[in-house]
Amino acid sequence: MRIALFVTCLADTMFPQAAKATVRLLERLGHEVVFPTGQTCCGQMHINTGYQQEALPLVRRHVRTFDPYDVVVAPSGSCVGSVRHQHAMVARRAGDEGLASRAESVAERTYELSELLVDVLGVTDVGAYYPHRVTYHPTCHSLRMLRVGDRPLRLLREVRGLDLVELPAAEQCCGFGGTFAVKNADTSTAMLADKMRHVLATGADVCTAGDSSCLMHIGGGLARLRTGVRTVHLAEILAATEQSGIPGEPSELVVRS
Amino acid sequence: MSSRDLVLGRLRAALAAGDPAPVEVPRDYRSEGTLDLDRLVERLTDYRAHVHRVPEAAVADTIADILPAGATIVVPPGLPPAWLPSTVTALVDEGLDNGRIGAADGVVTGAAVAVAETGTVVLDGSPDQGRRVLSLLPDRHVCVLRADQVVATVPQALARLSPHRPLTWISGPSATSDIELNRVEGVHGPRNLHIILLL
Amino acid sequence: MTQTFLGMPATAPPGVGHLRGEEPFPVAARRALADSQLRRNVGHATTTIRAKSGAVIGELPDWEHLRAAGSAIKADVLARLPELLEQLEAKVTQAGGVVHWAADANEANRIVTDLVSATGSDRVIKVKSMATQEIGLNEALADAGIEPVETDLAELIVQLGDDRPSHILVPAIHRNRAEIREIFLRAMPGVDPALTDEPAALAAVARRYLRQTFLSTKVAVSGANFAVAETGTLAVVESEGNGRMCLTLPETLITVMGIEKVVPTWRDLEVFLQLLPRASTGERMNPYTSMWTGVTPGDGPQAFHLVLLDNGRSAVLADEVGRQALHCIRCSACLNVCPVYERTGGHAYGSVYPGPIGAVLSPQLTGVADNASLPYASSLCGACYDACPVKINIPELLVHLRDQVPHPRGESVAMAAAAYTMDRPRLYEAAQRAARLSRLAGRRGRGLPPPLNGWTASRDLPDPPAQTFRDWWAER
Repeated sequence: MRIALFVTCLADTMFPQAAKATVRLLERLGHEVVFPTGQTCCGQMHINTGYQQEALPLVRRHVRTFDPYDVVVAPSGSCVGSVRHQHAMVARRAGDEGLASRAESVAERTYELSELLVDVLGVTDVGAYYPHRVTYHPTCHSLRMLRVGDRPLRLLREVRGLDLVELPAAEQCCGFGGTFAVKNADTSTAMLADKMRHVLATGADVCTAGDSSCLMHIGGGLARLRTGVRTVHLAEILAATEQSGIPGEPSELVVRS
Repeated sequence: MSSRDLVLGRLRAALAAGDPAPVEVPRDYRSEGTLDLDRLVERLTDYRAHVHRVPEAAVADTIADILPAGATIVVPPGLPPAWLPSTVTALVDEGLDNGRIGAADGVVTGAAVAVAETGTVVLDGSPDQGRRVLSLLPDRHVCVLRADQVVATVPQALARLSPHRPLTWISGPSATSDIELNRVEGVHGPRNLHIILLL
Repeated sequence: MTQTFLGMPATAPPGVGHLRGEEPFPVAARRALADSQLRRNVGHATTTIRAKSGAVIGELPDWEHLRAAGSAIKADVLARLPELLEQLEAKVTQAGGVVHWAADANEANRIVTDLVSATGSDRVIKVKSMATQEIGLNEALADAGIEPVETDLAELIVQLGDDRPSHILVPAIHRNRAEIREIFLRAMPGVDPALTDEPAALAAVARRYLRQTFLSTKVAVSGANFAVAETGTLAVVESEGNGRMCLTLPETLITVMGIEKVVPTWRDLEVFLQLLPRASTGERMNPYTSMWTGVTPGDGPQAFHLVLLDNGRSAVLADEVGRQALHCIRCSACLNVCPVYERTGGHAYGSVYPGPIGAVLSPQLTGVADNASLPYASSLCGACYDACPVKINIPELLVHLRDQVPHPRGESVAMAAAAYTMDRPRLYEAAQRAARLSRLAGRRGRGLPPPLNGWTASRDLPDPPAQTFRDWWAER
């Protein structure tokens, strides 16, 4: 299958390892990955901060960039959530019905990684090997906007060597929320503190999720506390094999002190 | 311009721009259910109501067991006299003042409807239930319920009730969730609720 | 011309009532977050209620159908609001009630105060009511020399503690049993100092304290959960029996209700009487629900007044997206699942409507400029939408309102620049490189520059990678 990668601006700029892992994984499963270079940002940051008008050209760009492809995948529940639940709305409020219906069409063909694997490609065992104790944080947008349900867990359960431990109060938000973490930093920090407490209680050495943004938030907190627990994107775990070197290591947060 | 015209004018102006389409209400939730008296008992008990299942002939004896001998109770004018034991003094409400009602040891009423699924009895002010104040001020409420007054679901109960009567839906004794969000029985209404369910 | 102007939807007036906070949410939240007792109390209570509510909702196989029906009934109500209110007015009047219309808080307060004064009573007993809190009725009554007595246990705790409500359903949720005991000992005359902090003992004290007041007060003020247009029936849903006391014992009953509380038909109650208690207190049914239609000769108050309150609701209705906030049945399920509310408590929101619903309702009632920080008081996690029994899409509303908020100038400039750059891939690539260089070369340390430094105050930002994804892809 020919799959267009919607890399997301955050993964492109800050967490390319998640995007590279997505490419490696899909190619290993026998699919062709293409990267439309016209893509930049889906506009979610603008929309969620209250700048829909400024987001309109970004929505238009996104739709134009991905309209030619039958299947689009992103290693982010949040960005897929924006494509699916916000793009047509922004276009419609701007009075551009044509863009809105094209956005809806692109949204129908856009999948978060675990959705693509389980629903479209029909696999749960992707042949991965990852010998770590791992806990999974279901990010809010993948959980409640996309309803990915247990798809990520089904994928993780098939990973050889992986010891999956349940995260207490998993469905509670980590406190990131994009602009929320900036405008309401204190409340965000209080939420993060509880999330970290739960992560540490699992005894896992890796916390994974389907969104680099939430992982950046959780990982940033864990690093500040010098906990030794790493955050690794779901794609990187699924891309890891016996042959791919020391799994997880390249993705470790490097933090200057 | 009157405030009535002002408010209605504002609302019409607010709706004028969008002209909302008529809304079809989906009614595919359950309207009826299978009647299960055991469920009613279980749900009443769960909310700390005391349930007594007896034949009608045993109502007076049951009430005698619930109320101490010599107790004074208030009763609505249409309550069947056969339900009352000789061990208590019954004041029939023909305009009792609130002080006497509040001083009574209990009240005995009938009921209009009961909902099994929620453990609810509803009073509608019929002659065997009386004025609302009767079942409010005494600390002990004994409510006699016939099996044919019980329905399974809330929709069935509403269908049986008249909106033109004052209705009191009662689910367990007076309670509050205001202290740490735990249900605690016993605030202003009757703190003891006895349901006599006739066999 | 003037008439057209007067008929335009209007927001709630400033200077009266409790819809506007004195400080922005982040400032108020910071203080609340520092109060660890508050966080424990609120966290304990919301955890309890979530479990209870989840269990009784799980008992209903048709919960989602009920939600869909409840949402549709409310949408229907809003679409036909003027005619339904006229119908309600006619039916209540026919049944012996008197209907009053209040364009805003000031008018509602004046109507109620005049009605009470006309009875000669210098005291009213009150059933917990969001509408009367919203308009600041207690203050207006007190100014007129009338003592308002809150009879709901939590409201009583708030009133005696000279405190402010912090939750829609349980206004004293921020107080634990030990604190409640102290308030009672301090503020209630004649309380036995041996009083324990057992909830049942505390409830018994409130019972004794209020009983004589119930029996001797001639006027009651209530809110309404529902008003049925086709029959003129009002409904009050409660737990303690204080509602029954107020609705039954006085000679005069005055009910103040937001205009959105009307429902079209008697049958519609079958939906809301299932949704509300399960979503609200986590009960299959609340202990007491009272329904009355006008005046019943020989039973209950013989004078009944219904005050229909706008106070900004027409302005909410005018926003086609925003109007769904008027679906709210005040169950507070969204508060109980909100990770922000759970940590800050309700006072930080500044309005009588706290939590997620408050963050979308208060700014719409007042106009967004007066509550500009509230639409941002959410991480958009979506738990509120899932919990809402009438399916108000609160995250969508928050985003919608953020778009209307007056933005700080620096932020506007930055966002416009970012959008400009992101719409030009070459510029975007250059910016990616520049950001990497500045991080690698200049800014040693873990912080981001203002205004983003709030985030890095407690989190470490990872170093930018040596290569962006698109550079890696180009080299493949």
